[in-house]
Amino acid sequence: MSGARLELAGVGKSFRGLRAVHDVSFSVPAGAIHALIGPNGAGKTTIFNMIAGVFAPDAGTVSLDGKVISGLRPDRTCDAGIGRTFQLVKPFKGLSVLENVTVGALHRKPDLALARDSASAILSRLGLYDRRHQLAESLTLPDRKRLEVARALATEPKLLLLDEVMAGLRPTEVDVMVAFLRELNAHSGLTILLIEHVMRAVMVLAAEVVVVSYGEKIAEGTPQTIARHQAVLDVYLGEPEQP
Amino acid sequence: MTFARRPLQRLVGDAAPRTLWLLATLLVVLLVAPAILGKYWLSVLILVLYFAYVGQAWNILMGFAGQLSLGHALYVGLGGYVAAGLFFHYGIGPWAGVFVAVAAAALAGMIVGYLGFRFSLAGVYFALLTIAFSEFTRLAFDHWDWAGGAGGLFLKVDAGTDIVNLRGGSLLFYYVILALAAGAFILCRALLESRLGRYWLAIREDAEAAQAVGVPVLRCKMIAIVISAALTALAGVWNAFYYNNLFPETAFAMGRSIEITLAPIIGGLGTLFGPIVGAVVLTGLGEAFTDLGEALSIPGIKQIFYGLALLVIVMYRPAGVWPWLAEKLGFGERRK
Repeated sequence: MSGARLELAGVGKSFRGLRAVHDVSFSVPAGAIHALIGPNGAGKTTIFNMIAGVFAPDAGTVSLDGKVISGLRPDRTCDAGIGRTFQLVKPFKGLSVLENVTVGALHRKPDLALARDSASAILSRLGLYDRRHQLAESLTLPDRKRLEVARALATEPKLLLLDEVMAGLRPTEVDVMVAFLRELNAHSGLTILLIEHVMRAVMVLAAEVVVVSYGEKIAEGTPQTIARHQAVLDVYLGEPEQP
Repeated sequence: MTFARRPLQRLVGDAAPRTLWLLATLLVVLLVAPAILGKYWLSVLILVLYFAYVGQAWNILMGFAGQLSLGHALYVGLGGYVAAGLFFHYGIGPWAGVFVAVAAAALAGMIVGYLGFRFSLAGVYFALLTIAFSEFTRLAFDHWDWAGGAGGLFLKVDAGTDIVNLRGGSLLFYYVILALAAGAFILCRALLESRLGRYWLAIREDAEAAQAVGVPVLRCKMIAIVISAALTALAGVWNAFYYNNLFPETAFAMGRSIEITLAPIIGGLGTLFGPIVGAVVLTGLGEAFTDLGEALSIPGIKQIFYGLALLVIVMYRPAGVWPWLAEKLGFGERRK
């Protein structure tokens, strides 16, 4: 398993004339961890959905390792190597934790027994192995977030899209997740793009941060430069009053 | 190596030995039952097996893949009419006609499925589509002379047994429906323990999340409806040759579609034993209330009691009788 390079070139999307995302370009090199931040409604999840194939962009292209993937269906982008989690978690509620992750593993391993083995391995890495026989609907929110990550990882992606997996976690749980993602990235070279509001996690994980507001990219850089960037401060804190 | 697992081994999988013993006992009992039972009980058992079989077929689409069809009479009717029509007009026996009948129903399933799934009709909207198709077909058969129109199609009742043309008494039809029910059970088990089966369950739980982990949702749903329709058509062929008559009013009736859904719902949606247990419970209740109705000689009392019984079961065992019974008996087939 190794990472792939993600590239967005002039990507745009409107919903019934409402411009959700406009002319967004950025790239994530293979094996890097980048973050996508911005206020609520800025278009972050729309960008994720275009990368994952939930809908095609109206303009521009998304490519993975130089191959255009925009316009493909979600199961095809999964074939191409994209794994994703949902902001509002979507576990297969009536299935056990193990079966949830097995469905993901079946994508590359059609044999049920083999898929189950690799699902078990992933569950132990995420600390969910002891809960493997529980129904997914009985999990707490932090565990459901972990399950989302486990299921996405089971498809053996080259790029992992994480949509607010730290939201709702306690600080100690955030640290555990951060450590896990770091170790995963260092160990496998998996490329990671995360949408995150928990800045503590963004600051330590992301090599670079892309900031979007009202559907447009307004800044890009290391977490340290972003934290001092005037346009970003304006978006988050409000513009200074004119004298 | 797990690669080399033999098909039989895969089929048995993690099933508990006592489950296998239960199945073996059940099969033996059913095989020798006609020797012990009288004509009446044999006909009751035939009804049980018929509902267990069509329930199993319907359960693939609803219990596994999560798509509600309220128009399965379409496939029963088509299967029956095609096989009976071929026999009636051209003397083509049902063992050959069944292939045409199954193909016709599979094609109908494909059309309903494509219209529903390609355009993302979900839940009750998909159910309405299935009802609509079943009703269209009923109207078409009402006016189709080849199929006898509204007056119906009748097969000649022979006294003798002619296995080649599926002509014979209750005993023959008993063993045919038993073979179908057993075959459907094994097929459903095999499907559930395959990638396709797990993909269906994932779609049932959350289609968007399933697609995100690489499940080709449209294709999987199409396969589900085609298999379900094809199996249901087999029951239609059996039905036509068992009863020897077909009317559009009954063959494609809404009531028949509902009837098909009851055994798996009462028994336990998405479980393998659910349709069987449901068929036993429902047929048993139906017969008991018929007797009661005759004893009391109050017309319509059967339907009232039957309805009330269903109400009580779905209120107290909303997941079905089997999951509860399995736990009591220690079999533990969970809804996967």
